[in-house]
Amino acid sequence: MINDYIFILKAVCHTLTQTSSHQVLICRNYKGDVDMSEIDHFFTLLMQQEEEGLLCPVMSHGNVHFLWIKHSNLYLVATTNKNSNASLVYSFLYKLVEVFTEYFKELEEESIQDNFVVVYELLDELMDFGFPQTTDSKILQEYITQQGNKLEVAKTKVPTTVTNAVSWRSEGIRYKKNEVFIDVIESINVLVNANGSVMSSDIVGSIKLKTMLSGMPELRLGLNDRMLFALTGDKGKTTVTMEDVKFHQCVRLSRFESDRTISFIPPDGESELMSYRINTHVKPLIWIESVIEKFSHSRVEIMVKAKGQFKKQSVANNVEIRVPVPSDADSPKFKTSTGHAKYVPEKNLVVWSIKSFPGGKELLMRAHFCLPSVENHETEGRPPITVKFEIPYFTVSGIQVRYMKIIEKSGYQALPWVRYITQSGDYQLRTNT
Amino acid sequence: MTDSKYFTTTKKGEIFELKAELNSDKKEKKKEAVKKVIASMTVGKDVSALFPDVVNCMQTDNLELKKLVYLYLMNYAKSQPDMAIMAVNTFVKDCEDLNPLIRALAVRTMGCIRVDKITEYLCEPLRKCLKDEDPYVRKTAAVCVAKLHDINAQLVEDQGFLDTLKDLISDSNPMVVANAVAALSEIAESHPNSNLLDLNPQTINKLLTALNECTEWGQIFILDCLASYLPRDDRESQSICERVTPRLSHANSAVVLSAVKVLMKFMEMLPKDLDYYGTLLKKLAPPLVTLLSAEPELQYVALRNINLIVQKRPEILKHEMKVFFVKYNDPIYVKLEKLDIMIRLASQANIAQVLAELKEYATEVDVDFVRKAVRAIGRCAIKVEQSAERCVSTLLDLIQTKVNYVVQEAIVVIKDIFRKYPNKYESVIATLCENLDSLDEPEARAAMIWIVGEYAERIDNADELLESFLEGFHDESTQVQLQLLTAIVKLFLKKPTETQELVQQVLSLATQDSDNPDLRDRGYIYWRLLSTDPVAAKEVVLAEKPLISEETDLIEPTLLEELICHIGTLASVYHKPPSAFVEGSRGVQHKRLPPRAGSGESTESPDVGQSGPSEAPPAVIPSQGDLLGDLLNLDLAPPTATVPSVQPSMQMGAMDLLGGGLDSLLGGDIGGSPSVTAMPASLGSAPAVGGGLGDLFDLGGGVGMPTGSYVAPKTVWLLAMKAKGLEISGTFARRGGIIQMDLSLTNKAMSVMTDFAIQFNRNSFGLAPAGPLQVLTPLSPNQTIDVSLPLSTSGPVMKMEPLNNLQVAVKNNIDVFYFSCQYPLSLLFVEDGKMDRQVFLATWKDIPNDNEAQFQIKDIHLNSDVASNKLQGSNIFTIAKRTVEGQDMLYQSVKLTNGIWVLAEMRIQTEPFLLSDLKCTEPRIVYANLLHSQ
Repeated sequence: MINDYIFILKAVCHTLTQTSSHQVLICRNYKGDVDMSEIDHFFTLLMQQEEEGLLCPVMSHGNVHFLWIKHSNLYLVATTNKNSNASLVYSFLYKLVEVFTEYFKELEEESIQDNFVVVYELLDELMDFGFPQTTDSKILQEYITQQGNKLEVAKTKVPTTVTNAVSWRSEGIRYKKNEVFIDVIESINVLVNANGSVMSSDIVGSIKLKTMLSGMPELRLGLNDRMLFALTGDKGKTTVTMEDVKFHQCVRLSRFESDRTISFIPPDGESELMSYRINTHVKPLIWIESVIEKFSHSRVEIMVKAKGQFKKQSVANNVEIRVPVPSDADSPKFKTSTGHAKYVPEKNLVVWSIKSFPGGKELLMRAHFCLPSVENHETEGRPPITVKFEIPYFTVSGIQVRYMKIIEKSGYQALPWVRYITQSGDYQLRTNT
Repeated sequence: MTDSKYFTTTKKGEIFELKAELNSDKKEKKKEAVKKVIASMTVGKDVSALFPDVVNCMQTDNLELKKLVYLYLMNYAKSQPDMAIMAVNTFVKDCEDLNPLIRALAVRTMGCIRVDKITEYLCEPLRKCLKDEDPYVRKTAAVCVAKLHDINAQLVEDQGFLDTLKDLISDSNPMVVANAVAALSEIAESHPNSNLLDLNPQTINKLLTALNECTEWGQIFILDCLASYLPRDDRESQSICERVTPRLSHANSAVVLSAVKVLMKFMEMLPKDLDYYGTLLKKLAPPLVTLLSAEPELQYVALRNINLIVQKRPEILKHEMKVFFVKYNDPIYVKLEKLDIMIRLASQANIAQVLAELKEYATEVDVDFVRKAVRAIGRCAIKVEQSAERCVSTLLDLIQTKVNYVVQEAIVVIKDIFRKYPNKYESVIATLCENLDSLDEPEARAAMIWIVGEYAERIDNADELLESFLEGFHDESTQVQLQLLTAIVKLFLKKPTETQELVQQVLSLATQDSDNPDLRDRGYIYWRLLSTDPVAAKEVVLAEKPLISEETDLIEPTLLEELICHIGTLASVYHKPPSAFVEGSRGVQHKRLPPRAGSGESTESPDVGQSGPSEAPPAVIPSQGDLLGDLLNLDLAPPTATVPSVQPSMQMGAMDLLGGGLDSLLGGDIGGSPSVTAMPASLGSAPAVGGGLGDLFDLGGGVGMPTGSYVAPKTVWLLAMKAKGLEISGTFARRGGIIQMDLSLTNKAMSVMTDFAIQFNRNSFGLAPAGPLQVLTPLSPNQTIDVSLPLSTSGPVMKMEPLNNLQVAVKNNIDVFYFSCQYPLSLLFVEDGKMDRQVFLATWKDIPNDNEAQFQIKDIHLNSDVASNKLQGSNIFTIAKRTVEGQDMLYQSVKLTNGIWVLAEMRIQTEPFLLSDLKCTEPRIVYANLLHSQ
């Protein structure tokens, strides 16, 4: 389960020689097993694999294994020479990114250099001898701060929270007005084949909280979950079957397992309480029909028809339909019934944006491109059409928050606020050409 | 105001300057200086020269400064071991500090200073910290024990820290428990045999309680530790599973995978008819699917593990095909893994969808992905028989695209499809032939040539096609050359009249102009085969080939079981056991699944859905080696000297070679005499006798007295991978007139084996078990039992080929397995086989010449007396000896269990050849015929 080193590296591009090399920005040795210079092999392997186009998140040289992720232009690399728990290592690396981002807003070369003392402190606190320790940035911020020098030593104590069973919330939080905001966000993932048949579709939902509550409140969330209704014998209401549910660690999993009750002491501020997946076959909310005709050496003609397959009362906002075009196309001409089309040559896309798209409507966009008379010899992939949108006040699955009970020993009254929104997730429609 | 300014000072006298600043009286200045030092360290400059100055700053009440100094210490203490001692006092003092943060910091840093000298000073502070009132200090001290153990294991044991660590498992604080578990697991890894973790139901209960309360990382440590526990029974197993399943809903993918590992492992113990077993199976699918929405690297780990899970328990994800469909923006490593799982899940029910997807992928741009997609179509054809036709037509469509690498890949897989469904899809050959010129990859060329050769009779211009390849014969890769050679020989055998010239050409190219021994040998073999006996050649070269199956790409069951125990780890990502890539882990136990629950479910097998118990015995499929052996047998009749390269290759031609076996076996002896022993071959399956006699000579180094019947070392008869983990090796022996089959049964599976029984098929000499197979105790995993099974010769008789072939069926609680083995004929030589001299003479004359065989044994350095003695040990009796023209002649007799006599004349020459006449009383066994009939 152990890794030896965590490295944060950056890629350095030498524009003159067209080669790239790498530089270690900061590293922390947790065990003595692997020599630090091993990281050089990582660079070599990485470049080799990049050239072959066969990148793999695990690489090895001799008996040293490199597990890495990339964040903007930084590489976070963990090394090990044991049979480490790989999923733990990746989870931890992503956690690192999360913590650093919360500390420094952006994780990038500058923020690492500007804060290298804190980065060292964090690396020391987040992991010990290769075992991840406290990784909750809210709690860490209570005793590792960027203004370390301003703090009196006496004040810097370990918050008991670190080792408490409730390790995500400190005691003594106070709000004048006790409120909790609940966002129910559903993302639609759709994959449609070129012939128009839906290959796969699912809904990934997420319930996010913004908690502004005093003390150590006990919360209970009620949803119209079919399993729960079946357990309690409730009938006749619309219910939702959740295929799989994932909870923030504040939720008592064994309680949920036994009686489907979602009970927890929430972390303060913003957090994702739970996520769920629903497999039911949903009608794609925005249906796209496209005809892309390519006349070699002369032109490409694109016709895209978008249809809002949702209730007339609802409106999809900020709709973006991205249609791929050949990389050598030029001289775009557009005609749209609503919205605005734009050519993004660096991505080889036409982006058709529609501010608001009412349900039941059908919209049309035509595009015309010229092609050079000399054929492009490089074979190009056939990227799918992708769609982005948001529909407020609506969930596809019909999931509802039925109640949120808030109990705190001081007995204050608190108000829950609920918002619903449905948005596009991985929304892809394959094309013929 | 940021820290980046510390990186900018790169003046000449930097170190000197820093030194001055470090010794400054001003606190602020000191701290600035330490920061500069750390900054230099970060960018890789060597600042170890400042060690004493930095250590001097250690005694401070500024926490930030202290942390920086500690950081410096961790980096440079090893290079300055003597000076590191200077730090000890501060550590000891800090461990007593009022602030728990400082106590923990000290104990944490202490363990990271890997200097042997100071470790002993650290024991007392560590002992105190392990009992600290603050859990933050205790959890840090727990990890420190593991650190110390890594530096000085003996010290940790002597100081009793391991016991203290064990006590911490009962700590009231969940995080302390989690870290204690992690530390113990880490230590236990380097002590494979110690019972450090000492898991029992009570500790397990404590762990399960802590599981609900500790951090996500702590949950992973505990789950990984639980996975190494072996529940006492299925009840306990179920109750642990029940308490672990809620973890499947954890947001952290690593927690989920570790929980899956525990469940997959303990499930093994649950009876399949249990309701809970079904519930558990259903519960596993959704979280596994959800893992595919994680970050790509985690997806990759998940997919590699799903690949294992799908092989172990295909029922879990059989309805989830769609989630493995590849998305356009998936990274390539995710795409390739998804593809692999799609094939594993392909079944008749979903094949149409799968094929449509694969076809889509095959037209993408990423070459590696496209190739794998094309290959996947072929694998589907082989896996799902009903879909074969559709797959073939999909492949043909793809060939029409004329995309070079698609065509080549398609041809490679079509070859495999032909091997699975012979004579079914030859109609496509014409299309394939059109693309002949575009093939530039060896594998594709070889595949195409194979197809042409295999179906030569249906391809009108097969000779032209093959001839076209022949032009650049020497530039081809070995793979293609070998294939071309075989294909042309096939063609010749099918259409001998038109292709004689071609075959001669290829044979001479292969044998005379090539440096490659494989090619040359194969060339010679064909040549001799063709020139000696075309009928036999036809039988050998055009023999029916064994069908291939999809199982070839499955992970071998024992490895699969081990990998299941390592779910989530690197081993599961590499699909290799940890011993294959972790140094010094050879002593580490191979993890294995708990023994299967025994509720009459012996038909359960890890490779569900493949083979029923009625599978044909594996021995019927001759491997290439055997074919070669058969082929070489034919070479015995003509003088061997003409083809020098054949002689050595006979040895690999398996032991059923008459001369070859003897040659090689006798050859190793150290008789010291340059003479060559002539040896009798005997009746029946001469080959086997030869081998047997050869073995006899191998015994001892020429000691005078017979030392009893020769017993060959045990050879493996049944491979574990073919018998669900049961490996059988054995040999035959004749002891005191009783024939015995000595068997070693080894359990290489994960579960206990019981209820062994054995049966023989009818055979040439009526061998049959004289009693039941005596395996009284159950055979535990990794255990080997040796058994001797007495045999009688009163069983039913049926002539076998080769004559000494014995087909055996062994049964245990898991399945019935078949194998065949060959016994040395000397086993059947009875003790009263010494013929009276007069009778010998009369009989010798009476036996018709038809029943006579002659052969030579080379390179045996034994004189006649030694040889005679040795042979007598195996009941080959020398009746008379005489010397003719300086050569010893031995006359010998042998009697078989079925009453047949064999008489032999052995001439021991100094020349490198021997001559041996064999005569046999029973004309019905004619070995010459036998030889040729093969």
